[in-house]
Amino acid sequence: MSSVILRIQQLGIVFKDSNSGLRALEDVSFNVHSREFLCVLGPSGSGKTTLLRLIAGLLPASTGQISFSELKQPRIGMVFQQANLMPWRTVLENIMLPLEVTGVDEVHARKNARDMVDLVGLTGFEDSWPRDLSGGMAQRVALARALIHDPDLLLLDEPFGSLDALTRERMWTELSRLWQAQQKTVIMVTHSINESLFLADRVLVLTPRPGKVKLELTVDIPRPRNDDIRYTPHFGKLARRLKEAIG
Amino acid sequence: MKPFLKSFLRVLEWLLPLAGFLVIWQSLSTWLDLPAFIFPSLDVVWTRFTQSLLNGSLLYHGSITLIEIMLGLLIGSLAATFLGYRIARSPRLERALSPYLVASQAIPIVAIAPLLVIWLGPGMSSKVFICSLIVFFPILVNTVVGVRAVPVALHDLMHSLRASRWQILWKLEIPAALPVFLGGLRIGATLSVIGAVVGELVGADRGLGFLVNVGRGQYDTALVFVAVFTLISLALGLYGIVAWIEHQTLGWQEWRRGSL
Ligand SMILES: Nc1ncnc2c1ncn2[C@@H]1O[C@H](COP(=O)(O)OP(=O)(O)OP(=O)(O)O)[C@@H](O)[C@H]1O
Ligand SMILES: [Mg+2]
Repeated sequence: MSSVILRIQQLGIVFKDSNSGLRALEDVSFNVHSREFLCVLGPSGSGKTTLLRLIAGLLPASTGQISFSELKQPRIGMVFQQANLMPWRTVLENIMLPLEVTGVDEVHARKNARDMVDLVGLTGFEDSWPRDLSGGMAQRVALARALIHDPDLLLLDEPFGSLDALTRERMWTELSRLWQAQQKTVIMVTHSINESLFLADRVLVLTPRPGKVKLELTVDIPRPRNDDIRYTPHFGKLARRLKEAIG
Repeated sequence: MKPFLKSFLRVLEWLLPLAGFLVIWQSLSTWLDLPAFIFPSLDVVWTRFTQSLLNGSLLYHGSITLIEIMLGLLIGSLAATFLGYRIARSPRLERALSPYLVASQAIPIVAIAPLLVIWLGPGMSSKVFICSLIVFFPILVNTVVGVRAVPVALHDLMHSLRASRWQILWKLEIPAALPVFLGGLRIGATLSVIGAVVGELVGADRGLGFLVNVGRGQYDTALVFVAVFTLISLALGLYGIVAWIEHQTLGWQEWRRGSL
């Protein structure tokens, strides 16, 4: 496998909340390889979102460290549990935001954003307001926004959690197509076993509070993966191991 | 329906209450037949209006009051926006200042206006100050509320993109707080008119409030009405400007229809 781009060692975080403090993550260690699709699986409240926020630098760690090899300030693209679009910006303007922040000139930003709109299949909706989008469309805008500035690391926090089953499965196919075309390193949080097996190279399972890595599973299902893999015995075996780890 | 006809009906809809009001006024004044210094008929008011318009006094006093209103609104809202932003971002500052800010609201402006006129003189500066004072609080509160209401998740987004303080201010905080802020400015715009008139009524030698005083002193009730209607139009105009700004900048809000 290719080189390690992110090293997480004995990571822990305590939220100073009630009298004792809430230990959300404890002694979490793992590596992320370049161009890998890593899924983090765990029950609600196990600290998955917290883990992504730590990696994105939105929270300071209480213990341990997060170190990026080579890149001191990796570019991060993030998709949150909710689409999290700016309601005062049109679809195109929302997608342009990361380029504006990095200082790309308007003409280029617009052109790139148009390409992204096409890539996520929203051609014709460039000038729509977020309020006029369906949940699935909004998440695709969020995905386009996370990809547009060519990030070194893509952090996805249950991006399809709020979608219906049909749309979600369509989004899996689209995401894995995008991932293969763009060759990104992805860390995706989910609590769906199917989702993780459909998309990931490797799955980490976190325990409930405090979150620790309980299982690390390599998903050796060949790509491209389609719907049919779900009915193979190998898929069933992997799914059972994940299920047992989650408990 | 033809678009022309539609817009014609719109205007009609809008003019109808005004026409009703004028009709009631005119019939009351003919029916009661009171002396003009108690209740002037419409045509007397109209004559007084054209008269003061032609001799330039209405324009002169009106523009004095307008300048006071605008300056007061500008200074008051700038100060309120600045302080409001600081308060929204600093709980400590809020704890220190909020009791005094709320207490300042309990001071009736009418009661302290004479003091301010004594301290700052009967010129425009005392009126500008009163306007700023009266405008300050609603805009401050709305700024605080608006900035506080910026979703944390959007802050996370900006931080994940390594946005600078300025970028967060311009691309997130200002647009997100704008609807609530403009709501405050709307209230401030009409309050500012009241502030200027209160100041002028207490002591001034110019302005529409002064004109009201003159009319009252000379039993020229028609002039009082002329000044009052001019003030109403000023307030309406300012309100309209803020509403127009809202319309231009907040098109993304679906519920923002209608003129209130
Ligand atoms: N800023 C915070 N302050 C205090 N406690 C927090 C904070 N953020 C998260 N927590 C707590 O940390 C724990 C883990 O939260 P987190 O959001 O990471 O869980 P999650 O695995 O993402 O859950 P879900 O699957 O429901 O999204 C929870 O108990 C939560 O209450
Ligand atoms: Mg979460």
